[in-house]
Amino acid sequence: MPKRDDIHTILILGSGPIQIGQAAEFDYSGTQACKALRAAGYRVVLVNSNPATIMTDPDVADRTYVEPLDPAHVEAILAAERPDALLPTLGGQTALNLAKTLWETGVLERHGVELIGANYDAIHKGEDRRAFQEAMAHIGIDTPAGRMVSTLDEALAFAGEIGYPAIIRPSYTLGGSGGGVAHDEAEFRRIVRQGLHDSPVHTVLVEESVLGWKEYELEVMRDHNDTVVIICSIENLDPMGVHTGDSLTVAPAQTLSDKEYQTLRDHSIAIIREIGVDTGGSNIQFAVDPTTGRVIVIEMNPRVSRSSALASKATGYPIAKIAALLAVGYHLDELPNDITAETRAAFEPSIDYVVTKIPRFAFEKFPGARHDLGTQMRSVGEVMAIGRTFKESLQKALRSLELDVRSGLRDVSDADLEARWVPGPTRILALLEGLRRGVTPQALHERTAVDPWFLAQLAEIIEAERELSCLAAPTLWTPEVWREVKRLGFSDAHLADLTGSDEASIRAARIAAGGTPVFKTVDTCAAEFEAYTPYHYAAYEVEDEVAPSDKPKVVILGSGPNRIGQGVEFDYATVHAVWALKEAGFETIMINSNPETVSTDYDTADRLYFEPLTFEDVLNVVDREAPEGVIVQLGGQTPLKLAGRLEAAGVPIWGTPAAAIDRAEDRDGFLALCREVGVANPEGGVATSPEEARTLAQRIGYPVMVRPSYVLGGRAMQVVRSDAELAAYLDDVYAELEGTPTILVDAFLEGATELDVDALSDGETTVVAGVMEHVEGAGVHSGDSACIVPPVGLDAALLDEVRDAAIRLTDAIGVRGLINLQFVVKDGRVYVIEANPRASRTVPYLSKAIGHPLAKYAALISAGRTLRDLGFTATPTPPLYAVKEVVLPFHKFVGVAPILGPEMRSTGESMGLDADPWRAYEKAQRGAGQVLPHGGRVRLVGDGLDDVADAFAALAFDVSRGPLDPGDEVATDLLIDVTGGPDLRRALEAGVPYVSTRDAARWTVEAIRATRDAPLRVAALQDLGAA
Amino acid sequence: MALLNKPPAVLALEDGTLYRGYAFGVPGDTVGEIVFNTSMTGYQEILTDPSYHGQIVTMTYPHIGNYGVSVYDMESNRPFARGFVVREFSRTASNHRAHQDLQSFMEQHAIVGIEGIDTRALTRRLRTGGVVKGVIHHGAVDDAEAAELVARAQAHADIDGRDMTPEVTTPLPYARPTFRETPRVVVIDFGIKHSIVYKLEQAGAEVIVVPAQTTPAQIMALDPYGLVLSNGPGDPDGPRYAHDTVWQMLGLVPTYGICMGHQLLGLAVGGTTYKLRHGHHGANTPVKNVVTGEVEITSQNHNYAVDVDTIPGNQFRATHVNLNDGTLEGMAHVRYPVFSVQYHPEASPGPHDANYLFRRFIEEVNAFEGATSLPTGTALAEG
Repeated sequence: MPKRDDIHTILILGSGPIQIGQAAEFDYSGTQACKALRAAGYRVVLVNSNPATIMTDPDVADRTYVEPLDPAHVEAILAAERPDALLPTLGGQTALNLAKTLWETGVLERHGVELIGANYDAIHKGEDRRAFQEAMAHIGIDTPAGRMVSTLDEALAFAGEIGYPAIIRPSYTLGGSGGGVAHDEAEFRRIVRQGLHDSPVHTVLVEESVLGWKEYELEVMRDHNDTVVIICSIENLDPMGVHTGDSLTVAPAQTLSDKEYQTLRDHSIAIIREIGVDTGGSNIQFAVDPTTGRVIVIEMNPRVSRSSALASKATGYPIAKIAALLAVGYHLDELPNDITAETRAAFEPSIDYVVTKIPRFAFEKFPGARHDLGTQMRSVGEVMAIGRTFKESLQKALRSLELDVRSGLRDVSDADLEARWVPGPTRILALLEGLRRGVTPQALHERTAVDPWFLAQLAEIIEAERELSCLAAPTLWTPEVWREVKRLGFSDAHLADLTGSDEASIRAARIAAGGTPVFKTVDTCAAEFEAYTPYHYAAYEVEDEVAPSDKPKVVILGSGPNRIGQGVEFDYATVHAVWALKEAGFETIMINSNPETVSTDYDTADRLYFEPLTFEDVLNVVDREAPEGVIVQLGGQTPLKLAGRLEAAGVPIWGTPAAAIDRAEDRDGFLALCREVGVANPEGGVATSPEEARTLAQRIGYPVMVRPSYVLGGRAMQVVRSDAELAAYLDDVYAELEGTPTILVDAFLEGATELDVDALSDGETTVVAGVMEHVEGAGVHSGDSACIVPPVGLDAALLDEVRDAAIRLTDAIGVRGLINLQFVVKDGRVYVIEANPRASRTVPYLSKAIGHPLAKYAALISAGRTLRDLGFTATPTPPLYAVKEVVLPFHKFVGVAPILGPEMRSTGESMGLDADPWRAYEKAQRGAGQVLPHGGRVRLVGDGLDDVADAFAALAFDVSRGPLDPGDEVATDLLIDVTGGPDLRRALEAGVPYVSTRDAARWTVEAIRATRDAPLRVAALQDLGAA
Repeated sequence: MALLNKPPAVLALEDGTLYRGYAFGVPGDTVGEIVFNTSMTGYQEILTDPSYHGQIVTMTYPHIGNYGVSVYDMESNRPFARGFVVREFSRTASNHRAHQDLQSFMEQHAIVGIEGIDTRALTRRLRTGGVVKGVIHHGAVDDAEAAELVARAQAHADIDGRDMTPEVTTPLPYARPTFRETPRVVVIDFGIKHSIVYKLEQAGAEVIVVPAQTTPAQIMALDPYGLVLSNGPGDPDGPRYAHDTVWQMLGLVPTYGICMGHQLLGLAVGGTTYKLRHGHHGANTPVKNVVTGEVEITSQNHNYAVDVDTIPGNQFRATHVNLNDGTLEGMAHVRYPVFSVQYHPEASPGPHDANYLFRRFIEEVNAFEGATSLPTGTALAEG
């Protein structure tokens, strides 16, 4: 059947701010869906509160609403746009839950909107544990013995039957939030209580444990003609017990015979039919008992998921795009396979390489949180690597992680090492290290239940390390040895380490022996058909399939795995660079290792190399392609770190030169430069030893801000108030980081206002794109502070002074492209605290606020255009106030106080747009998941809140002061606690809105005042004249 | 085990291309036509499928041997592939179903293997250059020796026109009694996979497998309610006697052809077959049932195809087509309950989407009351 012509306008829901369990993959899927549906002739309306996404670019949908993803706002948009259909399967759990609510409350019916892609019953059956189990029983597929309970007593009774360990899964939560594995009754009580609370319907499933079973996922597609295809199978190296988002996973499945694989395939087809997902993608998880082969189904997601994004990148099959087209009536056999052009989307990809995904964690940012992994997802990002063998792809994936901890675990004691074999963030490294120390694969299997095949592969890597150390010097290695070593996935840096050499010598010896990689193509069909899609990876094989074109080329380096401090914002910037440079006539070449992103979609850049962002791997591509330029300034710290070495190797770096980057990054150089141009700094200095740091701190006077140089997102940044605190801090930092990094010590300006400034320069002209005023004062990491543009709390003269200082600094550094500067204002004086000559986190937010695509401008400047050419010569005035608020993952880290500090911990952001700054703030809060009450009880804890108390009283709130009463109940509708006390955690766990700083408290009360009697209003970006 | 110093082996193609890799399987040399298979699982079923008789198989999936070898996954009594080419064979077999590892299986059945070559390059070579003959040789070779290997590959006899069925068919008939009231189906063995027998039994048939040269009279003497023409190796033009058998049996009982059986049916009624450039060998081919509009993902293994338009008198019409290249995948007689498919509904390895064909066939066999009340083959192809 061709596409439906009875629907014209389709509403797509995004997934909101990036959070653990719901990340950039939904930007990828939503963007694909918008593009595909518009190309098919539909009018697309998009709602997403997350400004950092590509999908919310005004070019992507016909109508774009950066508004909170809640029923009220979506209903207002339905009324304004009158769509015929709602597609809820591409915006993760957030979109699916919202669609379910809109259906249940009759909103969709009232507005005559049809759910497409998944109907209500399918969503319910897929997501509701009891309904799912009944459906599985109906088709004779085993599920773990389990019982749905809504009280702790019921749960305890069932646990008595199945024994411990037992699994707890709350209904309708994200990334398994609130669930876990309980090994004893005490743990069981704690997790069940939390799960009952976290579940929006207050039920949890208590399940028999299948810990240690093999875990698989299948990605399934179905169309209206009932054609079902399996896109990809994924096997988890970490057996059952670890959330699949936190597991090291491999595609395709490695240890299943055809008989077993076909059983999973048959089950998957039966399940998608029984659940009744009409069209589109689903993800189905299975556990297989390694000793008997018994198969049970764990769960299914009736929507595109994180694994779908991985499966898309792993196979080249564009799941989200096809899912969107199936939803409007196309059949799989009517849609072409873009990669081969001749064949159809109705097929099952066959791959001839191995894909490894490794999650990236951020436990170091949550001291005190337990590091062991369970059924609740806690990773913040992931890398994927493609190799011809598992060993090669694993080693590529490991180096893509960019871990700066001592990743070899060489120095840990045997006991510490054993402790890391339990599921945890460094488990894979601990397994390798165990083998290195002579532990047998068999012993490791008994301890960890990791499949012997995977352990045997790891053992081969270690065996090869051993053989390498017995060989002659690398300069004497034969081409055969080089080929085998590189085929095993060893990087030059790793080989340098193993042979006591250095990376440059290894590289030279390798190239002299003819050891350069070839490039292969990801083609969905294992070379059976000609492939036209330029999606490539490096391999040490015989045949190179990739011929560089003779067009002028630009390489854009991506941002690698998402992590706190380097998220989807940088993907946004690099994708914009691709688009701008394509338009400018260049062949664009993307290198990135993050499977969740739009940048790694094969039709974003002209060519995609899915490769680690290391010096060696990037240089391989650059050597092959010989581009005119390489852009490093848009992908965040990851590519920026490579700039110097690449430039030294003769690579043409476009945009701000490496020397200028150093000038801004090097503390002394930067201070000198500030003096030169007459911009003040808070007093500070650089210490290379603990003694120096102490002397410096005493000279400046406590409190001081301390941090290691060259770290990301405020890693290990802290305010210290005494010699003792400083000493403790230094001990921690030196223990964790490679070598002994220099430590920056700065005066901490308590109570100052912080400002973020993004500016653009073409070398001749410098334009400040916007000054963003932070809501939270100095001491809160800029990435964790809410902010507003244009500023509301600064007078015009001071703003001019800031802009002027920004321009002088930008010019003095020698920026070509974007720069982000951070200022503090205290007592009418302006100080600069940081300058980062690269795209910043605020670029997408600011671009949307002012209606100018800053990352595109930056890319075009690096290609030689001027700001005058681009018509961007003065700071624009935003049409509305735009507030950015952040989302913090505290609920995932039990026992961590939900307070803000100099260490960045937010994972994502929302934006609120309104003509009134306070209402914009309220919307941003709502977008970030905090719904402020319009009345009722407010509890204030801490000093300096009298004005806030008065303001709440004036709004007829029932105001009380002092800590909450102990006990289970959090007896307030809003908590304001500026002491960092335990009440904050209680409020968080009870789902009560809370505020932890005085600044935010003042904004909160104003926001409530401005919104409580005002009608809700929504605005499309297209109406703001935004670009 | 030395990872960086493995025993050398080479694969020499008839066009002079030389791939250097490492030896596995039994030491020695082997020569044959090389075909690639894109199934990511099922290497054991592939090695033991008689349709690969005389061929060297290369797998496009790089890791082979991971889950070992199981007595339950044999598609015949022994491997028929003449050589095995993989990117990396697994030294560890990890699966509760495994009875031995791939290396010992290959040694036991004297199969020569080579690993460590760029199998993707080889596959692309086979895809663009058509069927190619080659030699696997264990040991290092110099240029002169390499030239000898190339010459051997060139000298190897082509499969085209040869009748390979005598080498693979059962020497004697055998029965799979059911001890129940089930319709008897005779299967002519041109190189049958065990799974075809199992699927027929599962669908409710008593199966008698007979040698390829069994005459129509001998078949009718077994009092069959249905006839199945099995898969098999080589050129369907080779076994001419089978064309006669099929022609004489046409319309007597419901008939179901699979792979070579499908091709023999086409030839028996006067159609022609042709050799595909590189054949279809994998487990992911989409086939559209043009009768119902449904799409099946199928398991495939063939180098020849039937040209349905050459069948005189429009006796057969196409029921299934390949969505990738439009080639004929299934056909049905317009008057008799006779139908056939080019692909492998018994799967093994591969998806089970087309298993329904066995069920449909047995339903028709059960309904069989004589030549006057027969449904057409087209009705049989419906799901």
